Amino acid sequence: MQARKKYVLLGLCTCCWILLYYWAGLQERLLGLITHRRGEVPRPWPDWLDRALLPNFAEQLDLQNGGGPGDSPRQRKQAWSSIYKDSRCRMDTCFDFGRCQTQSGFRVYIYPPEKGERVSESYRKILTSVSESRYYTSDPREACLFVLGIDTLDRDQLSQQFVPNVDERIRGYPLWNDGRNHVIFNLYSGTWPNYTEDLGFNVGQAILAKASLNTEHFRPGFDISIPLFSKEHPQKGGKRGWLVRNSVPPRRKYLLMFKGKRYLTGIGSDTRNALHHIHNGKDIVSLTTCRHGKDWEKHKDARCDHDNQEYERFDYQELLHNSTFCLVPRGRRLGSFRFLESLQAACIPVLLSNGWELPFSDVIQWNQAVVEGDERLLLQVPSTVRAVGIDRVLALRQQTQTLWDAYFSSVDKIVLTTLEIIKDRVYSHISRNKLMWNALPGGLLVLPEFSTHLAHYPFYYLHLGISPGLEFTAVIHATSPLVSQSQPIMKLLQVVSKSKYCSQIIILWNSEKSPPQRSKWPPMPVPLTVTDGRRKTSSRFLPHAAIETEAVLSLDEDTVLLTSEINFAFHVWRSFPDRIVGYPPRSHFWDPVKKAWGYTSKWTNEYSIILTGAAFYHRYYHHLFSHYLPSSLRALVDHSCNCEDILMNFLVSSVTHLPPVKVAQRKQYKEMPSLQGTKMAPWANPEHFTQRQECVNTFSSWFGYMPLEHSQFRLDPVLFKDHVSVLRKRYKDLERV
Amino acid sequence: MVDKIPLLKWFCLDRLIMCASGKYGSRGPALIPRMKTKHRIYYITLFSVVLLGLIATGMFQFWPHSIESSAEWSLDRRSVHDAPLVRIPVNSPIPGRGDLSCRMHTCFDVYRCGYNPKNKIKVYIYPLQRFVDEVGVPISSTGLSREYNDLLSAISDSDFYTDDVSRACLFVPSIDVLNQNSLRIRETAQALAMLPRWDKGMNHLLFNMLPGGPPDYNTALDVPRDRALLAGGGFSTWTYRQGYDVSIPVYSPLSAEVDLPERQPGPRRYFILSSQTAIHREYRVELERLKDENGEALLLLDKCSNLSQGLTSVRKRCYKGQVYDYPQILQESSFCVVLRGARLGQATLSDVLQAGCVPVIMADSYILPFSEVLDWKRASVVIPEEKLPEMYTILKSIPHRQVEEMQRQARWFWEAYFSSMKAIGMTTLQIINDRIYPYAAHTYEEWNNPPVVKWSSVNSPLFLPLIPPRSPGFTAVVLTYDRIESLFRVITEISKVPSLAKLLVVWNNQNKSPPEESLWPKVAVPLKVVRTKENKLSNRFFPFDEIETEAVLAIDDDIIMLTSDELQFGYEVWREFPDRLVGYPGRLHLWDHEMGKWKYESEWTNEVSMVLTGAAFYHKYFNYLYTYKMPGDIKNWVDAHMNCEDIAMNFLVANITGKAPIKVTPRKKFKCPECTAIDGLSLDQTHMVERSECINKFASVFGTMPLKVVEHRADPVLYKDDFPEKLKSFPNIGSL
Repeated sequence: MQARKKYVLLGLCTCCWILLYYWAGLQERLLGLITHRRGEVPRPWPDWLDRALLPNFAEQLDLQNGGGPGDSPRQRKQAWSSIYKDSRCRMDTCFDFGRCQTQSGFRVYIYPPEKGERVSESYRKILTSVSESRYYTSDPREACLFVLGIDTLDRDQLSQQFVPNVDERIRGYPLWNDGRNHVIFNLYSGTWPNYTEDLGFNVGQAILAKASLNTEHFRPGFDISIPLFSKEHPQKGGKRGWLVRNSVPPRRKYLLMFKGKRYLTGIGSDTRNALHHIHNGKDIVSLTTCRHGKDWEKHKDARCDHDNQEYERFDYQELLHNSTFCLVPRGRRLGSFRFLESLQAACIPVLLSNGWELPFSDVIQWNQAVVEGDERLLLQVPSTVRAVGIDRVLALRQQTQTLWDAYFSSVDKIVLTTLEIIKDRVYSHISRNKLMWNALPGGLLVLPEFSTHLAHYPFYYLHLGISPGLEFTAVIHATSPLVSQSQPIMKLLQVVSKSKYCSQIIILWNSEKSPPQRSKWPPMPVPLTVTDGRRKTSSRFLPHAAIETEAVLSLDEDTVLLTSEINFAFHVWRSFPDRIVGYPPRSHFWDPVKKAWGYTSKWTNEYSIILTGAAFYHRYYHHLFSHYLPSSLRALVDHSCNCEDILMNFLVSSVTHLPPVKVAQRKQYKEMPSLQGTKMAPWANPEHFTQRQECVNTFSSWFGYMPLEHSQFRLDPVLFKDHVSVLRKRYKDLERV
Repeated sequence: MVDKIPLLKWFCLDRLIMCASGKYGSRGPALIPRMKTKHRIYYITLFSVVLLGLIATGMFQFWPHSIESSAEWSLDRRSVHDAPLVRIPVNSPIPGRGDLSCRMHTCFDVYRCGYNPKNKIKVYIYPLQRFVDEVGVPISSTGLSREYNDLLSAISDSDFYTDDVSRACLFVPSIDVLNQNSLRIRETAQALAMLPRWDKGMNHLLFNMLPGGPPDYNTALDVPRDRALLAGGGFSTWTYRQGYDVSIPVYSPLSAEVDLPERQPGPRRYFILSSQTAIHREYRVELERLKDENGEALLLLDKCSNLSQGLTSVRKRCYKGQVYDYPQILQESSFCVVLRGARLGQATLSDVLQAGCVPVIMADSYILPFSEVLDWKRASVVIPEEKLPEMYTILKSIPHRQVEEMQRQARWFWEAYFSSMKAIGMTTLQIINDRIYPYAAHTYEEWNNPPVVKWSSVNSPLFLPLIPPRSPGFTAVVLTYDRIESLFRVITEISKVPSLAKLLVVWNNQNKSPPEESLWPKVAVPLKVVRTKENKLSNRFFPFDEIETEAVLAIDDDIIMLTSDELQFGYEVWREFPDRLVGYPGRLHLWDHEMGKWKYESEWTNEVSMVLTGAAFYHKYFNYLYTYKMPGDIKNWVDAHMNCEDIAMNFLVANITGKAPIKVTPRKKFKCPECTAIDGLSLDQTHMVERSECINKFASVFGTMPLKVVEHRADPVLYKDDFPEKLKSFPNIGSL
């Protein structure tokens, strides 16, 4: 029995062991099932058992070596310039940077026109833009960039504007140098039937600024894609976009529209032939006509008659105004006029132009302003645009206006943008970043020589989530010699220096007499600097290196202010750092009789100008005034000793598209006592006034439009003249008479 | 160390097998019993049958397990060496060389991606295979690398992944081509072509970090790959197909080993640091010259010659016998030089960014990582190689504050886009996704703003500076419950305002119908009554279709004291500030230091941070925002408490625009809850407490205090000026 017991025991043990084994297996299986279910989707890329043992993709030592030192940089440079040229041009290999490192900096030279040379309207405008830009030079020796005098805009051999024998002619130019540092403008290339990108002459190492560029032929970082513009495109200024309000919901009467030619044959006909498919007659209007060209009836198909009829029912302009999205399909060439048209009309372009290198694609982020469709997915376009949310529609639409206004509304802007892009490449470490190019007010108004730091500009505080600094610099414009300690300037110095926000005072000495000695000035809690203004009126807006604060308080020597007035205005400026914030207002108006702009200093219910005799603004405007405005306007100011304040207002309003801000003032400028008998104040002179009238007209003609805007309000302290104890009021001094 | 790893691995695997067989062996003795009697035989037979049965079922449990469901259960328990072996025939086809003219619209089959409401591409990963040539030599010396495995794991864990080949838009081969040097080019190409869905490489994405090889080091992967997209590290402008390829960084495995805590941006011990070990002699000479000129500001490190080779030398740098820890030393410098070597892409860039050091990149023709979306000008300085001698002057000209911002930006770029293979992979896929669904693409701000900036910066939805035309005027929305008499007075008053376009009465009383049409005051503009389903405060901010103008005047049914001039002036001011709240009674929030929380203030203060919406102009867009985009539970909270809808609106607008409201015209006696002190002080006080609670509640939901405090209000230009009243546009302002 003992043996039996032994066996039974042994058997039981075995059983248990097997059961255990069996159970464990089952459990494992169940566990697997459970985990599997919990994850729903099986983890497809396995978690390898030996994951930790996998080798690195490269030895660390090798990685840090970076492949070793490589070839001699000097030799590489030489080798590159022989390999990477013509169609493989890049700035590094096809551009002579040395020409731009001279004292004069970035200068553009235009070849003089030859006798009997015919230049098209558009090219004439381009040349005018270059020659009036601040980069123009008439001396080829100091030029960094060259622009041909030969009209290369239209290279369609069948066109009347076509200029023959370009190849031979440019080869004859001693400065041609195989096109190095040349920029060639072109709008149309190739001809029926293929519309190739060939210009009909060898561009060599020249930079192409061309419309309808194809990504395949585009030399990235070298060529520049420009928009196609018509010969009616304005030289300067240009109309603003059509968007005047942000309606909510932002959808317009039509969702999507197209009205244009349908090509029956040839290149581009694939896309245009299909467009009628999405037409639904309700919110999507896609109209095509066959009626164009000489022999359209020869190719005419079954659809033509019906389409032509439908085509006549709608008006293009009406559609532009009333559509949320506008189809911009390719034509014979990739770009079309309708691109700029819909951009201006705030009709969000839906691009159907595969391979089109969008205008200024180097710097503009187009996905924030257009919907980039795919020709192959035409039928998806309706559902795609329907799915765009209202926030996005609002944003896209506003961005079309931002871009239109910043880069496209005039030939000047298109040409200047081209030049600025090249300049940014040449001086790459002093160039604009993408935010500067794509946010208001646009890249042309941001001069990177001033600073490459966003926080140094008055435009990006909200983007960066910061506020302007808490200090200002007072710049006092002094024209009369210092004779007594009771002069207004003495009082002014006291008042300004008492402000807790004042960090320094600069006296701009513009008197005929030399500045007085240091000791003549009263002692002050803030540093005082006297700078020689060389008796130029424009010198008050020179970017003096001494100004270190963002805010500048510009003052005339005879301005009468209180410290609390200054403090209050400064607080207001910090809320509107991109505008002029000041006291005495003026206004402009349109005089229908004289057909000219008028200027008035009368008390009115609205104003558009704040005199800079007492005003806060951002110091960047000094830089813009001195470097963005043409020297001719500054010369006018210096010559007439007048209008510098009007010019400043023009400048700031053209940047912001907004009026200046007037703040409360205790006394009116007008009531100020005239300087005691020394001489009559210049502004009391009637001739002075006529001059200002003329200035307004001269300036608006340079800007190409009237940038000034009217405002109807004034900003007062919250409790200003309220019926409440004076003790409660922070700015009580403002109410004292 | 590295060499020993495979050996160790085999050792482990062997041991596992030995253990297993040991277990089976121990079962042996129990199965051979010794028989003595018939009885016993009977027992033993029975016992054996049971035992055998048990064994059989036990076996059954394990047997099919390891054969049938191997794909299932061992998915997570496999070794890469279990991957199926694939032999490549010698004459197997080789794909065509990469086509330089490829673009999304020519070489990419967009139909595979199609329209989808989520706007997300679907990515398929091929299962792992081990490719060998005819004689059994693998096509790659490393096989699957740890980095590529991490990358594929990340993709398979992401929203992009699909296991359904037929739905995939993008295909990622499991053939690791990160490092060209470990590849046999011809065989790798053949292996690619053997992939079941290869189809000339259409929609295939290859990841390569180290392209080219000695001596000429091509800047793109040399493996013929037809139309496949290449995510490559070290592209030059001549090999990079803009808008098709993706430029990626060279991953630095060092970052996984060394933890460099983020450092506050600011000036550092060295101005410029050069840490690369293989710099061409010509450049080193230039750098030495710069060092001679500028002394201590520059630190030029090199590899350590006296240290033994191995791990240590990777983590050390030397200068004249002095040893520095790498990459820690990078944190001691403001700028760090990243020069090209034989390759354009350098792993150093990743280390430098991790250290929050601003990279000074000198590699002509180099396409910077993710340059399609990242704004490198804000995180680095790119200097042409030729200008190396001027480097010091160029860097010195950058303002301090900008350097600090760049340091922060550099670190953020590393964290978001460089720090792991996952980050690199996800960024690459997102870039491709952005191309395929451009209308849903990430914005510049999303790509480039570090979280701290994203948090504080604002992108106003109404950013265009517009002064909308005076016509068609504004729509007045009057919220009312049952105060009909007062309501009619308000309507009569408002109807005198010249720019009024329409009157909309929101009837919030469900128990009572609005009065008959004939009883309403006769007004010149259309008057509409909207009846609501529930008595909710948020009804006043509903974007009714009936509001056809941009401008909305929200007004309570008891605000009868505003004159027509005041309302018209308010509208004119709103036109100049269409993105703000423009209202009459102003309020302020204050920080209560004693209580450590926000306090609501309605006293006569010198500052304003809110305007009451009992009488305020604002853009209709904010109605839409209030109704559909109000953060957290604020909307329901307000409806439940029947209070603070105006504070909520002020928070919402200030948060999205970053701007303060505009209070117009002087203070007057308003019949508002806080002003009716008739019911006694206690009621007034509870009201104030409630309002303060609202501010604290909203501030916590918004996660910040968005309200902005200003000291100004808007008055007509000639307000209280010594000027004939009849010549003023808005004479009747401020009368009590």
